[in-house]
Amino acid sequence: MVEDSSNNRRRRFLAVVTSVFGLAGVGALAASFVASMRPSARARAAGAPVEVDIGDLREGQMMVIEWRGKPVWIIRRSREMLSGLGTLRGELADPDSQVLQQPIYAQNETRSIYPEILIVLGVCTHLGCAPTKNFERGSASGLSEEWLGGFFCPCHGSTFDLAGRVYKNVPAPTNLEVPPHTFLSESRIVVGVDSEGAA
Amino acid sequence: MKKLLGLLFILMIPTIVVASGGSDENLDTAHIDLSDTKSLQRGARTFVNYCLSCHGASYMRYERMAKDLKISDSLLRENLMFTADKPGELMTTAMPADGAKQWFGVVPPDLSVTARYRRPDWIYTYLRSFYLDESSPTGWDNLVFPNVAMPNVLYRWQGSRIANFSEVNGNKHFDGFEQLQPGEMTGEEFDLAIQDLTNFMVYLAEPAKLVRYRVGLWVIIFMVIFTIFAYFLYKEYWRDVR
Amino acid sequence: MSSFIRWVDARFPLTKVWKEHFGEYYAPKNFNFLYYFGGILTVILIIQIVTGIILTMHYKPDVDLAFASVEYIMRDVPAGWFVRYLHSVGASMIFIALYVHMFRGLMYGSHRSPRELVWLLGMLLYVAMMAEAFFGYLLPWGNMSYWGAQVIVSLFGAIPFVGEGLAQWIRGDYVISDATLNRFFAFHVILLPLLLALLIYLHIVALHKVGSNNPDGVEIKQQKDENGKPLDGVPFHPYYTVKDTFGVGVFLTIYLAIVFFLPEFGGWFLEKDNFDPADILQTPPDIVPLWYLTPYYSILRAVTFEWLPGGAKLWGVIAMGAAIVIFFFLPWLDRSRVRSIRYRGWMYKTMLTLFVITFVMLGYLGTKNPGHVDLIWLKNVTWAQIGLVIYFAFFLLMPIYTRLDKTHPEPDRLVK
Repeated sequence: MVEDSSNNRRRRFLAVVTSVFGLAGVGALAASFVASMRPSARARAAGAPVEVDIGDLREGQMMVIEWRGKPVWIIRRSREMLSGLGTLRGELADPDSQVLQQPIYAQNETRSIYPEILIVLGVCTHLGCAPTKNFERGSASGLSEEWLGGFFCPCHGSTFDLAGRVYKNVPAPTNLEVPPHTFLSESRIVVGVDSEGAA
Repeated sequence: MKKLLGLLFILMIPTIVVASGGSDENLDTAHIDLSDTKSLQRGARTFVNYCLSCHGASYMRYERMAKDLKISDSLLRENLMFTADKPGELMTTAMPADGAKQWFGVVPPDLSVTARYRRPDWIYTYLRSFYLDESSPTGWDNLVFPNVAMPNVLYRWQGSRIANFSEVNGNKHFDGFEQLQPGEMTGEEFDLAIQDLTNFMVYLAEPAKLVRYRVGLWVIIFMVIFTIFAYFLYKEYWRDVR
Repeated sequence: MSSFIRWVDARFPLTKVWKEHFGEYYAPKNFNFLYYFGGILTVILIIQIVTGIILTMHYKPDVDLAFASVEYIMRDVPAGWFVRYLHSVGASMIFIALYVHMFRGLMYGSHRSPRELVWLLGMLLYVAMMAEAFFGYLLPWGNMSYWGAQVIVSLFGAIPFVGEGLAQWIRGDYVISDATLNRFFAFHVILLPLLLALLIYLHIVALHKVGSNNPDGVEIKQQKDENGKPLDGVPFHPYYTVKDTFGVGVFLTIYLAIVFFLPEFGGWFLEKDNFDPADILQTPPDIVPLWYLTPYYSILRAVTFEWLPGGAKLWGVIAMGAAIVIFFFLPWLDRSRVRSIRYRGWMYKTMLTLFVITFVMLGYLGTKNPGHVDLIWLKNVTWAQIGLVIYFAFFLLMPIYTRLDKTHPEPDRLVK
């Protein structure tokens, strides 16, 4: 075998170029295989935004719909329910919703676009159980005298207020998630898509 | 020399293979052109308005069809989505299966991949070969598919006609059609409409066709360049040998 | 890096294996075009396994869901159509490569001593690959899938006494049904791939033990230099790694061209009848296996003599089986003094040419109706019968004509 240096340079050059092309080809192939594992059109269709009509939803009532396999709670809050929200600051872990569990338009005291309509995912942020609703104030709720209404998770005892914000010293770490949503009109909402079209 | 002949032979095979693609009865040629988006759109309109009432295209999603055929979301929802609420849904038929069995004796087959099974020329000829036949349950028969259970759904466009047969050497011979009532379209317009429909059905059978020729060209160019470099690398090392 | 390798070497024979099988495995320097196909087979097999795994993520082995799941892959899964075509075209590519690879063996005497075991393992691989393809073909649950499986499994019913019970045991039911589909899925995805992997490993180990043959059929180990290295050999790496890279490049270019531009290949790789869902009430006009199994299908149908004891169907099955089994005996049927066709006489050259033509003809006839005339003069079934005779004559007369054949002296060193 000839160990000539110009030979070696040529060999190295050709080997490198061929390898680069080869790796690029294998990379493109691998990329297509990885892409095939992304959600298919069927999964995306099943996870498509859901339109809801809240025309019949009365004050103080909650309705439950499904989006992407998860329960979505829609509550028309009364003035009384809303009045308590400002007083709870000291008892909440994240009263200003600083952790990103909601779109930008729900990063406010009521965690909603319109103050009366709350839209949250009914999934406890601890380990995923479905909390129960406890809208009655005081000891009638079965919780403490000071209870101003909200949600109680039966699995490990986490509590959330009427804006889905998590209390301090409970197992759940963050506020309930607010999904992206848009109002088509006063009574028609699309859950799963912002007005910009993000999902 | 032997290698060159061998390579030439191998390259001939695809040509032979495609040419031998099965020619049987006298079928008219459908000119398929999947790059003609307007044709595909017209075909889609015909398909959704006339075919989906009995047949399904249940492997296709409305949304995919709209995207590929460059149909806007609003046009899709207003004019083309008859059997679904959301565009992501599948294009299923309006007709319930047990009802179909009762009324036609057989469930109308799903049309998603029919163009791959029956081939475009067959579909094109079949849809234009209906004629009146009082003895059949639907009142129609078809030259390409005798005793078919499907009626002539597009009779308003084509008009109605009968077929004349004669006996030649003990075999039934087709002499020609005789138009009884004219249709809303002329013969040429009808042929074009069916061509569009057939074009659409070819797309329906394999939407990937819109993509794979384009991507394939780049892939082959890439592979040729890679192979050329691999060749020089091989030759470079093998200069040592011999 | 080298200290890492030393760490591994103290615990695992990494460098030893590399040297024995790549860096210091001396292969003859005169490998020609026919020698690319072993490497090509390895590459396609890896592609089949990877694309197969992805298909398994989306395919549903249930009679009500299978056909739809394939269309789901073709439309809804990102790049699903690409994965599917790679797999379906890949299956045909494997058999093209296999047949060229086997032909190379017949040409250069790669089945002769001391490589009989390499040949036997290769034949087992051939049978396993045919089984793998057969099981895989049922999975799309098209009409051809269904009826093809129906015909082949019912062949087992032809075996006397145990036949019907055996066919039922294979199917898991009285007819091809959901039970059959599910178990063919298990065979195709797990059983046969594991078997294939094992057999390939054994095949290569057996080959490396004795060293590769070459177009001159002359053992390079007979002529060594002062270091004990064969004079006419080159280390596999870098010489054949670099050459095979080029070969694989050419092959992949053709393969990908087919995948992107002609995946159905005129109906030879993806039959149009299979785009019609399986229908137990309606048989396709012509039941035809995929092209690579057609020579044996032809032999099966060629036996039409009802006067045979047991009937034509039974003897057709026996003939078909014998046609495959007889390949196993090749190392002992070939009595020539020389290995490679380059030094053989006119008898072997003629017989081999006739055999190849016959094999292709039988394959072609396997796709046609036996009663028609698609070649010239004679009915297809008659040509198939002639083909059957030539096919078996190639093997059964081999001990005679290879002994009688006038051979030429083999060289000491490789010529080219």
